[in-house]
Amino acid sequence: MPSRVPGGLPKNADAVIIGGGVIGTSIAYHLAKKDFGRIILLEKSYLASGSTGRCGAGVRQQWGTKLNCLLAIDSIKAFQRMDEELDYKRGIEFKQGGYLLLAYTQREMDQFIENVRLQKELGVPVSFLTPSEAKQIVPILNTDEMYCATFCPTDGHANPFYVTDAYAAAGERLGVEIHTFTKACEILTESEKVKGVKTNRGTVFTDVVINAAGPYSAVVSKMVDLDIPFYPERHQALVTEAVEPVLGPMVMSFSRRFYCQQTPHGSFIMGMGDPKEKPGFCISSTWQFLIETAEAVTKALPPVGELSVVRQWAGSYDMTPDAHPILGSTPCEGFYLACGFSGHGFMLAPVTGKLISEIICDEELSIDIHGLDLGRFERGELVIEPSVV
Amino acid sequence: MDKRPDKKEKEMNPDKITMICRCEDITLEEIKELIQEGYTTAEEIKRISRCGMGPCQGRTCRELLLGEIAKALGEKVGKVASTKYRPPTKPIRLGGAVKGDVNDLE
Repeated sequence: MPSRVPGGLPKNADAVIIGGGVIGTSIAYHLAKKDFGRIILLEKSYLASGSTGRCGAGVRQQWGTKLNCLLAIDSIKAFQRMDEELDYKRGIEFKQGGYLLLAYTQREMDQFIENVRLQKELGVPVSFLTPSEAKQIVPILNTDEMYCATFCPTDGHANPFYVTDAYAAAGERLGVEIHTFTKACEILTESEKVKGVKTNRGTVFTDVVINAAGPYSAVVSKMVDLDIPFYPERHQALVTEAVEPVLGPMVMSFSRRFYCQQTPHGSFIMGMGDPKEKPGFCISSTWQFLIETAEAVTKALPPVGELSVVRQWAGSYDMTPDAHPILGSTPCEGFYLACGFSGHGFMLAPVTGKLISEIICDEELSIDIHGLDLGRFERGELVIEPSVV
Repeated sequence: MDKRPDKKEKEMNPDKITMICRCEDITLEEIKELIQEGYTTAEEIKRISRCGMGPCQGRTCRELLLGEIAKALGEKVGKVASTKYRPPTKPIRLGGAVKGDVNDLE
């Protein structure tokens, strides 16, 4: 397969990013903006071929921990101005139709009350709704068995392929070299310092390597002898035919484990988590998923049952034990982590690129992400995110 | 957006009126432009343009797209990687997958 950059790799680079998803391309762009020098991005397949291109395409600020909220708030601001900032001709299909989160148990309602308090404190324009108020926002919603809902109108959707493409193109205009179909096979080190990366298309020497390999983060970390508690977990999704706009917000339930949103293109994307899913790299689709999703989604949004399912697929969440990413340096000098996003890497990509570039350039961080370092696992300071599908 | 070209345009540029993907309204001209821009695999073109993502699931356009990529790269069509075939084999109603859905006699 021809690489995006023909010819081989350069001999030397100032930074090598492993992973051509939205995280890797965002980091490449932000580093290039800081004039970091020669930046090489390695992607073993094509851009957004992994978890980015397989995600549910939602962006939300309604999180259960302060850190996730802060990261998401900053990212939403970046999505709002992204077409202009990155001068992207296609447009990233950003839609702020909101997220409507549904509670079906008393425990879930208690959690929502706590979440809303935290989110409001941090400036998220979220509101707590009764089932009938929720129905006013989504008239096709079936409110049976519902306790309450929360709604944030500035959450929404963006197109993961376009966001990745936009970062890649903007990065390339600033000199980033994106080598697709180029696989990092080995990381060269010398007395616990990064020295270079060996790929299937040659070796590039560098003092800085950034692991943005999504579900393959553990594999890449192992190349510098780091055992990091990342693990991949399959999550499936499906999409329907496109129809006229009828559903503004993403509708989501944690206890019933589903999400469903109509994209600006008109199709409905939906997915479901499976608590029985075992860690592993398998990303094939199953008929059981189709049936379970159909049951959950048509119960909550009955008219959606009339739409035809066009396609099913799956991707991997790159999980960490506390469902928060690991960002920053490691005991191996020059080796940085930007992974472990646990299913919400797409929506956190803008802020991640900014923060990682600040960390690498040794600048003051625009958000205090002290608790997201690798050391938290040794210190036992995990921050558990309660609101994940 | 109305993409219909006028008569003069049709004569000037037949690519503009040659449909590759009927579901998503993608012309040969658009496909050629994407290949020119550097999207040279069927998977990338599918994701950027939605070619093959419509209700016909790529039945019409997949082969045409592969042919265009082959031409542009000077390869044999058989050498160009196809997009992945994804389930369901044919589109089905979401509600049809639910237990206890209405039967067709009602």
